[in-house]
Amino acid sequence: MNEVTKIDGIGSSVRRTEDKKFLTGKGRYTDDINKPGQVQAYFLRSDVAHAEIKSIDTKAAQSAPGVVGVFTGSDIAADKIGGPICGWVVPCRDGSSTKEPPHPLLAQGKVRFVGDAVAVVVAETMEQAKSAAELIDVDYNELTPVVDFVNADKGAQIHEEVPNNCYFDWELGDESATNKAIESAAKVVKLSVRNNRLVPNAMEPRSALAEYDSLDESYTLHTTSQNPHLTRLVLAAFMFAIPESKLRVIAPDVGGGFGSKIYVYIEEAVCVWASKKIGRPVKWTADRTQAFLTDCHGRDHVNDVQLALDDNNKIIGLRVDTVCNLGAYLSAFSVVVPTILHGTLLSGQYDIPAIYTNVKGMATNTVNVDAYRGAGRPEATYLLERTMETAAKEVGMDPAEFRRINFIPKDAFPYQTQVALQYDIGDYEPHLDKAMEMIDYSNFEKRRAEAAKRGMYRGIGMSSYIEACGLAPSAVVGALGGRVGQWESASVRVNPTGTISVFTGSHSHGQGHATTFAQIVADKLGIPMENVEVIHGDTDKTPFGMGSYGSRSLASGGSAISKAVDKIINKSKKIAAHLLEASEDDIDFKDGKFVVGGTDKEKAFGEIALAAYVPHNYPLETLEPGLEENAFYDPTNFVFPSGTHIAEVEIDPATGVVEVVDWAACDDFGNLVNPMIVEGQVHGGIAQGIGQALLEDAHYDENGQLLTASYMDYCMPRADDLPSFKVGYTNTPCTHNDLGVKGCGEAGAIASPPALINAVIDALSPLGVTDMSMPATPQKVWKAIQESQSVAAE
Amino acid sequence: MEIKDSYELPLSKERVWAALNDEQFLKKSIPWCEKLERRSETELAAEVKLKIGPMSTRFTGNITLSDIDPPNGYTITGSGKGGIAGAASGSAKVKLIEDKDTLSTTLSYEVSAQVKGKIAQLGSRLIQSTAKKLSKNFFGSFVKQLEDMDKS
Repeated sequence: MNEVTKIDGIGSSVRRTEDKKFLTGKGRYTDDINKPGQVQAYFLRSDVAHAEIKSIDTKAAQSAPGVVGVFTGSDIAADKIGGPICGWVVPCRDGSSTKEPPHPLLAQGKVRFVGDAVAVVVAETMEQAKSAAELIDVDYNELTPVVDFVNADKGAQIHEEVPNNCYFDWELGDESATNKAIESAAKVVKLSVRNNRLVPNAMEPRSALAEYDSLDESYTLHTTSQNPHLTRLVLAAFMFAIPESKLRVIAPDVGGGFGSKIYVYIEEAVCVWASKKIGRPVKWTADRTQAFLTDCHGRDHVNDVQLALDDNNKIIGLRVDTVCNLGAYLSAFSVVVPTILHGTLLSGQYDIPAIYTNVKGMATNTVNVDAYRGAGRPEATYLLERTMETAAKEVGMDPAEFRRINFIPKDAFPYQTQVALQYDIGDYEPHLDKAMEMIDYSNFEKRRAEAAKRGMYRGIGMSSYIEACGLAPSAVVGALGGRVGQWESASVRVNPTGTISVFTGSHSHGQGHATTFAQIVADKLGIPMENVEVIHGDTDKTPFGMGSYGSRSLASGGSAISKAVDKIINKSKKIAAHLLEASEDDIDFKDGKFVVGGTDKEKAFGEIALAAYVPHNYPLETLEPGLEENAFYDPTNFVFPSGTHIAEVEIDPATGVVEVVDWAACDDFGNLVNPMIVEGQVHGGIAQGIGQALLEDAHYDENGQLLTASYMDYCMPRADDLPSFKVGYTNTPCTHNDLGVKGCGEAGAIASPPALINAVIDALSPLGVTDMSMPATPQKVWKAIQESQSVAAE
Repeated sequence: MEIKDSYELPLSKERVWAALNDEQFLKKSIPWCEKLERRSETELAAEVKLKIGPMSTRFTGNITLSDIDPPNGYTITGSGKGGIAGAASGSAKVKLIEDKDTLSTTLSYEVSAQVKGKIAQLGSRLIQSTAKKLSKNFFGSFVKQLEDMDKS
């Protein structure tokens, strides 16, 4: 009798199993966890952007009610505790390396941004800690702050170790070939663009709870991290000089990261340190203002672009000169984001024979800038796709056709770009065609004319993006300046009854790994998904893993799981061969059953599992009992998702409000494991991209005060800012991982800003508007309309 | 942030100047001022309670008088700390110009102010309007008191 079991395998839009707890408010986040005897930490932060600390008087705070400890930078220095480190550096043009100034856990001698931690007060309650912090008297000698990063080299020097406030001056590509192409070009399209500064705004603010066990001299840290093992490594090896075995890091449910929770911040390190000093568990949770002030921000780039074309409008060269703001201190990935993750993507989907880029990373008296959803690739895509659109208009071609003639042809893969990457596979025309069809591109002018009758300006804009994700081959990462490996780990434990526990080094903070990873295992083993449990986020449970960022979880983490399951299947075949008295070579595994080829002799997967743990009839002389396998997967290349997004907008000239009226996204993510989750990722990514393009802008005033430090002044996208997205796919499966998967987490945020700004400019093009910076706020758009009309009137 | 305004008073320049240098008189002109004490010829200590947007906070700070040019004007420079709400600093250039014909004096002021910390983060949009309101309140009630005194 054949019983049909429903397998929610690869390709099935299974509902997210983790949503039950999240939707019912039962998620268990760091701040939900409390320990007996716990005390609260509150950080006194600098309210000036740049100053020498003349003195700190903590006497009154020490004796305030409920206070159990007040510490400053000198206490940290006395205990020789190190600060956060930079995880990736690049060489400079002059042969020197990236300048890496120290970042003390609490300010020592100087403060460098508004929000820099000057002291920590630990008290019985948060209110007591806050009140006591008010009693601390810090005497500053204020220095001129450096806020404008483009001219930061002329400002006051922020770090002794960083001359001209320049952390690095990096280059990639062939400068002379590129300049030659520009000199000999039939046309050179020039454009300057800016990527506005963004605040990541994860729904859950950062939090840490540290506990010290004096009996076995070990620490446990619960924290909001995207990669608990890296947090443990940095804390143990670089800050506290303790064995890693003496520190357990748990990242329980984490409410969004978008990059901002990759890094080790000073607060969790101070909590770990204070938990031993005080001998009680220490908790800290950021309020929203602290999140605005101290979470690493994103983007803040300016680019000067020169695109060289020949007589046939084919691209013959691209030069990009970039200056970016890295803020007051170097953060873990702040150097790699504007260099490797940006410069290597400048070829986009196009066959460009000569590319050169120079990037200068500047120090300013603003909070650190690091990875934010897309990290470097949105900047590359934005400048390239804005330039492509501008070039198409300047040469009088349809933007789609201009892209099409410059696409890397389908038969050119694997394609070696002029900026280090080799794209394994791709096919760009199908997603361009499909996106155009989805949005009914050919009838757009009718819609524009119809909108004009209503007094509205309607525009259409596209963006054909590529991204490199799934970080990445360790050897390549190492050669490019990375200081960590970029493999991923998995441990697959088959329990005696045939259920499975999967331990992954990836970390889920919204991605839905509990569902997606279970689908992979269920599919490969032919067992129901509910028999698979996914465990992550605890360094005492999971194998050492690299965590989740850069859309790497499925391509790297999923592949590691797939490899571990393959090992389980191989061992199971040996057990089955023994039980079925057949040769291992004759055993086929299909639909959860081990069958002797050409016979009806079979063993179910559950029977094999039981035999492995109750090895009464078992080849013990040649095979270990038990059924549990580890795998470490190091990719052989990045994965290269690509796609075309087309935005359609209507602008009301009376108010300058841009309404996004339609959106077509056609992406090539390779094979999809759970199309519903993928679609959710696309939606979320586009929403964040629309936020960047129309609404969000972190603004410091000339004194280095963050003026957009609350939701009153920092505008986030809401449901009514978004259209109903049309989402479609093409598929060229990745050639170098077993699952044929790419990555989908960042694509929406990468593709959408240029598509939207291109659409806004297209809408205003009848007025002669040719440029628009992000965010295209109603004020800015209205002003552009007024100015164009006054020009027309003259 | 800069704020400018002026008032015409039916009083002599000397009379207005005397009032500008009388801390008790000044204190009465500042309803939100809880303390104003003279420390020296040019220094005063102040405590004021202010509401800026969503924040109500008490500032303690020092006021320094400079560019003293009796009876033509001076510059008041102040900085105050408002605890976790942040800090504020600013200066006001006060000038007196007498019209001999009408026996009146024009008091003009130019205020520039800066804020730090939470006030900047949460209240920056409101600083201009708050500072304008406070300046108007102060000089308004200063003038009114002088006029009342003159009547009585």
